[in-house]
Amino acid sequence: MTRIGLVVNPVAGLGGRVGLGGTDGPDRARAALSLGARPLAGARAAAALGELAARAGKPPRAGCPAPGSGLLVVTAAGPLGADSVAAAGLAGQVVYAAGAGRDTSAEDTAAAVRAVVAEGVDLLLFAGGDGTARDVLGALGDVPCPVLGVPTGVKMHSAVFAVSPRAAGEVAAAWLARTGNVRLRDAEVMDRDEDALGEGRVTSRLFGWLPVPDVPVRVQQRKTGSTATAPDAVGGIAAEVAERVGAGLLALGPGSTTRAVAASLGADVSLTGVDVLALRPGHPPRTVAREAGEDALLALGPAWIALSPIGGQGFLLGRGNQQISPRVLRAAGGREHLLVLCTEAKLAALGGRPLLLDTGDDALDAELSGHLPVITGRRRTSLYRLAG
Amino acid sequence: MTASHAPVSVSPEEARIAGKPRLRRFQQASWDEKLIFELGSPGERGVLVPAADPSLGMPAIPAALRRAEPPALPEMSQQQVLRHYLRLSQENLGADLNIDVGQGTCTMKYSPKVNDQFVRDPRIAALHPLQDEDTVQGVLGIIHSLEQLLKEISGMDRVSLQPGAGSAAIYTNVAMIRAYFAARGEGEQRDEVITTIFSHPSNAACAKTAGFKVITLHPDADGYPDIEALRAAVGPRTAALLITNPEDTGIYNPRIEEFVRIVHEAGGLCSYDQANANGILGITRARDAGFDLCHFNLHKTFSTPHACGGPAAGACAVTEELAPYLPRPTVELDPETGAYRLDDDRPESVGKMRPFYGVVPNLVRAYAWIMSLGAEGLRAAAETAVLNNNYLLHKVRQIPGVSVPYAAGRPRVEQVRYSWEKLHEDTGLHSEDIGLRAADFGTHYWTSHHPYVVPEPMTLEPTESYTRADLDEYAAILAEIAREAYEDPETVRTAPHRSTIHRVRPQALDDPATWAVSWRAYRRKVLGEAGRR
Repeated sequence: MTRIGLVVNPVAGLGGRVGLGGTDGPDRARAALSLGARPLAGARAAAALGELAARAGKPPRAGCPAPGSGLLVVTAAGPLGADSVAAAGLAGQVVYAAGAGRDTSAEDTAAAVRAVVAEGVDLLLFAGGDGTARDVLGALGDVPCPVLGVPTGVKMHSAVFAVSPRAAGEVAAAWLARTGNVRLRDAEVMDRDEDALGEGRVTSRLFGWLPVPDVPVRVQQRKTGSTATAPDAVGGIAAEVAERVGAGLLALGPGSTTRAVAASLGADVSLTGVDVLALRPGHPPRTVAREAGEDALLALGPAWIALSPIGGQGFLLGRGNQQISPRVLRAAGGREHLLVLCTEAKLAALGGRPLLLDTGDDALDAELSGHLPVITGRRRTSLYRLAG
Repeated sequence: MTASHAPVSVSPEEARIAGKPRLRRFQQASWDEKLIFELGSPGERGVLVPAADPSLGMPAIPAALRRAEPPALPEMSQQQVLRHYLRLSQENLGADLNIDVGQGTCTMKYSPKVNDQFVRDPRIAALHPLQDEDTVQGVLGIIHSLEQLLKEISGMDRVSLQPGAGSAAIYTNVAMIRAYFAARGEGEQRDEVITTIFSHPSNAACAKTAGFKVITLHPDADGYPDIEALRAAVGPRTAALLITNPEDTGIYNPRIEEFVRIVHEAGGLCSYDQANANGILGITRARDAGFDLCHFNLHKTFSTPHACGGPAAGACAVTEELAPYLPRPTVELDPETGAYRLDDDRPESVGKMRPFYGVVPNLVRAYAWIMSLGAEGLRAAAETAVLNNNYLLHKVRQIPGVSVPYAAGRPRVEQVRYSWEKLHEDTGLHSEDIGLRAADFGTHYWTSHHPYVVPEPMTLEPTESYTRADLDEYAAILAEIAREAYEDPETVRTAPHRSTIHRVRPQALDDPATWAVSWRAYRRKVLGEAGRR
């Protein structure tokens, strides 16, 4: 019996269609409902479960049990999950119920996550948006439970979501079956920065990382019998960075590729911050600053800045790495000393959309815009468009 | 990415012509056949060679030439061998058996059987590459004539037929580029090669293998390589542009001359990967666009059987300026005596790329194919391939769930990279699922090189070899599978159902710990037997 957790934020996405934006906080959810918004999260969670059931319990021959019969969904009562489990026709176990007669809240999400994870599940599915992802992150604390988001929110800057409910079911099935070398990756939890919003700036902050099943790009059908393992792109990128920097200070922005590159170089870097490494050929890297802010970066004056697109949007600057400010970028020498790191597969997945800049400094955005070499491997770059 | 979802109107006349063909009831043979090494038994013989009559005075085989140990071959009768391989052949799909338009970029055209007769003729088959050149004048003449034909087809000055095709030919061209700049004292400076994401990945791989840094250009909104990116990429470090045109999308780059000019102005060379030449034979020439080098795959464009990592044959063509660097030996004609000779005395040559003078059987096949068609025939083949491709495009784009990214409404050259993205969004099925279900109808298709720039890709290349009925049938198969995908996705998701085997786990092919390309490796890795590595 495979056990999987599900927690639904029933108000996630309510504000989208009625133009209210996110529904963080009960007032906005009520306002959205009064404007005629229809809840979507439950139905989208059910769609994800349906896809999961179709793939997880695939009967290879007649006479086998029905699809999904080997699945037990550990969840919370009513709209917090149980309704979706019933809609998908799966077996559920309810371990949390919200108090009767009141709106559900972020506290309910957190309490439901804790109750579900305490029961022991192989994977926690949650349906919601960035706010829900933050609630899940806070509730999990240090519990190492694999997580996957079913996208139902209005604004999703986080990288913890599958691209669609159906895709969430597919990824979950691959994880539960452990087919195809599925590993976990640390994915960014991001949300709009309310402090900055108060000052009239729309930007997002990085709140942490959640372990998400990483389903690799499907392997193409072979044209010939000869084959080779996919090159270790990250190792190649790391070697290229080390060669370019030589001896000098390298500031690494947050992002899954930069972190993997740091690990490949032998450095232990912080999860969400900007770290500065001192590199010297033939020596292990030395960490000279962890979670450095703008002032610390200006004081150190790193010669090189390495960034990778973050959160699946193609955003390179101005989302989650505001410490690397226009002043820091200019002090480092701008374009010439900016190392953009991204695998070829991730670039292709942008579907032709440019990498995005939002530094808040129009002159700098203009200066950086155009074609920039993106390091995709050892001695390999792709000239890719950056747009402000 | 711009997808073309425009509805296509079909006139009653067209509808009558393109009536829906009946789908064949196909069932692949499944013999559950063991490996040949698991068959037979010790002492079984396939051939019992009688001893020579002593009165003939035949000398014994010298001791130095005898094996110390007999070869570790399976021991079995001729009938068993025949049955084994006939069974395996029935468990295959292939260009001689099915409508093989799904092997996009591979140009799976019909290879005339008469060419095999030429190749099996003892006058070719019994030749040895170490024979004195006086005794192989005929085959040297064929090679020399084929070089002249390919010079005309490409517009170039000199051709070498020694390299293998594909990567071997691209590597040869890259090696010549490297030698050219080294001779001019620019070897250190010019260390960058530019290619595009839709060009064959071998271009980037060969450049890197030869020590160059590789810069990749991505497509612009229309699917052409981004010319602004090219301008940003070129400079004093540019050694060469390696580019395929049309790229695997089937879109011909009309500004190719401009690309060449930009690279030339920066002091670099331009090399044309002509793996997709089948739609432009006799219509465009590499030299006319200003290219310095190009290569053809004789096993794609010129009908010799597809090589699959085996005996490919390629042709590298260059301008006079690069001729000194061609692989050696070259085949030279003495105009005085009319005799052919092999010229090994070429100090600036990049050396040998393959043993001797290339894969002679395939050179003979390519020569026979070109000579049988003539100039008009080559052009007709190209035009028919383009017509076939656009006819299939017209039919496939009507299938629900299919889109045709880039260059909306424009015709393509010899192939198209389609996308099943919409079908995937609607049903959760992937392009690979559709391709595997196609095996239940006696055909298949290939998706795309990695990375998948076109999501959920499918690459179809109908050459000139297929009839309209073939194309109708192939399109009807895809339409039927798309209908199933929407109405009965489980059948597609669990396909194939009528094939020899079910799905393979591709990870096993990617992992050196599990791949086994020899019997010895299979015993060690799969059966877990300890033994010699």
